[in-house]
Amino acid sequence: MYQLRHLQELESEAIFVIREVAAQFERPSLLFSGGKDSIVLVHLAQKAFWPARIPFPLVHIDTGHNFEETLQFRDALVKKFHARLIVGSVQESIDMGRVVEEQGYNASRNVLQTVTLLDTIEKYKFDAAIGGGRRDEEKARAKERFFSHRDEFGQWDPKNQRPELWNIFNGKKRMGEHFRIFPISNWTEMDIWQYIHHEKVDLPSIYYTHERKVFNRDGVWLAWAPFMKLKEKEKVEIRKVRCRTVGDITCTGLSLSTANSLEDIIREIAATRVTERGGRYDDQRSDAAMEDRKKEGYF
Amino acid sequence: MTKHQDGSGEFSSKVYLEMELLRFTTAGSVDDGKSTLIGRLLYDSKSIFEDQLDAVKKASLKKGSEHINLALLTDGLRAEREQGITIDVAYRYFATPRRKFIIADTPGHIQYTRNMVTGASTANAAIILIDARNGVTEQTHRHAYIASLLEIPHIIVCINKMDLQDYKGEVFNRIKTDFKSFSDLIFPVKDVRFIPISALHGDNVVDPSANMDWYQEGTLLQALENIPISNDYNLRDGRFPVQIIIRPESDEFHDYRGYAGRIAGGVFHKGDRVFVLPSRILSVITSINTFNNTQEEAFAPMSVTLTLADDIDISRGDMIVPENNVPRESTTIEVMLCWMNQLPLQVNGKYAVKHTTRDVRCVVREVKYILNINTLEKQEEEKTVKLNDIACVVLQTTKPLFYDPYSVNRITGSLILIDESTNETMGAGMIL
Repeated sequence: MYQLRHLQELESEAIFVIREVAAQFERPSLLFSGGKDSIVLVHLAQKAFWPARIPFPLVHIDTGHNFEETLQFRDALVKKFHARLIVGSVQESIDMGRVVEEQGYNASRNVLQTVTLLDTIEKYKFDAAIGGGRRDEEKARAKERFFSHRDEFGQWDPKNQRPELWNIFNGKKRMGEHFRIFPISNWTEMDIWQYIHHEKVDLPSIYYTHERKVFNRDGVWLAWAPFMKLKEKEKVEIRKVRCRTVGDITCTGLSLSTANSLEDIIREIAATRVTERGGRYDDQRSDAAMEDRKKEGYF
Repeated sequence: MTKHQDGSGEFSSKVYLEMELLRFTTAGSVDDGKSTLIGRLLYDSKSIFEDQLDAVKKASLKKGSEHINLALLTDGLRAEREQGITIDVAYRYFATPRRKFIIADTPGHIQYTRNMVTGASTANAAIILIDARNGVTEQTHRHAYIASLLEIPHIIVCINKMDLQDYKGEVFNRIKTDFKSFSDLIFPVKDVRFIPISALHGDNVVDPSANMDWYQEGTLLQALENIPISNDYNLRDGRFPVQIIIRPESDEFHDYRGYAGRIAGGVFHKGDRVFVLPSRILSVITSINTFNNTQEEAFAPMSVTLTLADDIDISRGDMIVPENNVPRESTTIEVMLCWMNQLPLQVNGKYAVKHTTRDVRCVVREVKYILNINTLEKQEEEKTVKLNDIACVVLQTTKPLFYDPYSVNRITGSLILIDESTNETMGAGMIL
């Protein structure tokens, strides 16, 4: 029977979108965070252009507050795919006075990344940035297009988006404007994990159970790092944890988990009762936290 | 079907890899209960997470609702939550062990036609909602017409708010007869089915209704799980629009030259004799590649890379087709055009056209008629095509398009018009 299964159809759609980027833009890039979604993107990009290499650089916006394992993984992956890596540094943006470091207990460099990201896009004159955003992640993201237009200030205008019909993508733009492209828009968290399992995609070790120094803040387990301020009653302890998503260390909530294989993780995700971003401290700041950041030019 | 009770069995990788994909859209007027229905589908299929439900509970209380307002599950933007309206198409996801579903959730009032056409363009199925108290209205005609115009293969008519009509079978039967009397005219051969529901109370959405024993033909979710979708892509007419050229220029693949694209129709085999358009040069497929792999055949909608026996000049926008089954080719293209911009269509105006992977320009030669979307009358004297209008229009393109009628192939039969000064997508065309 000539019929694709759903993951095959999603893969085919994503590869089509990635190839459209190569065809429609002059200076594309792929935003690589070291998280599972961007790792899947790199895997799909490799498939899209095989046997040629991925024809655009990977861009990592480095908050300086990373999980060390993610950086090691990033460097190994760049080597394996013979990819070109560009790093935009939030620390540099702070040193140059482009942004001011947040203070206090919930200080995070997550929001500051937007400035570094937009500066990096401008510096290298990228006209398209492929990202691993998925519509099931968050309510504002449910409104995203595959080809998402950004004005010359990098802003997203969710109320005035171009209609996107069939699989015809309009990447036309003026000088200085750019597009964010989301090839895995239609994938869910479960799709990503099942795909990683099926395709045997390598992941950083922090996705699997490990012992780590952690502390609990308002019900969310956060990784401890020397630069983090603890509140009075918070104490650092060692727990068996893993990451469900990977972002800046200051806002990535960890799951208490003993899952040490993809099968275990899939079982855990299937049984879970909270969304993936439920553990993301950055989204809990307000009901429209993601929408507001995205309008400014966030990932 | 339960997602969370036991993660081990139902979403095991073996089951998951066999799941099919169904994309559907929902059409209903304001207050037909569309958001409530989607909320109900997500809630009863256990696709809602605790933190999402908590947020909706809080929001419901804040607005003074007595019970959880499932409609709030679908509002994405701040302005939508504040104003209690939906502004733009949003996409939702849920899965059962049989299928994964993508819902294109389109708003009921603002920019109705534009949004419904957008949502319908990628859908295999459409749910048309009818309020049991109002029966078939002009808006129902409009929804059914757009579904037929976009060639959605399967239609499910949900007659909602049956609880407000005491769950009476005669109400359902009367509306069904009314719907059929006009829908037979616009889509006589389509797969249309009818389900009496109450989205508010959950009757026949995911769980069978205890209030309507006169209806035994299954719930909405059963319908969504069982609609046959294997023929939704055109598998007869081979169509391969070339997307990019793959040239590794490496030692290992020194002379490799591959044509990458997503198959828009039919089945291609290694060894097939093919025609390359527009050059009309004949060649033979020497390999069909996916990553690190070659295969004997490939079909729509797979993304693959083809290599050919002969060194031919082929570029993006060209089309590879079987030697004995070529598409139409013309610079005069007649389309049903849905207009999506505040600025009206300029007769004799020039637009950029995107059709498959091909970019051309066009002049609008003629507006044949504008359709009155409520009465389906052709208004031939009317020539100004405005936002949300649907019109029959003749385009003259700078270079020929290789196409099939939209009714034969939704991929090779569709195009968009772009304003060359603002770069905005102005209209969506279905080729006649």
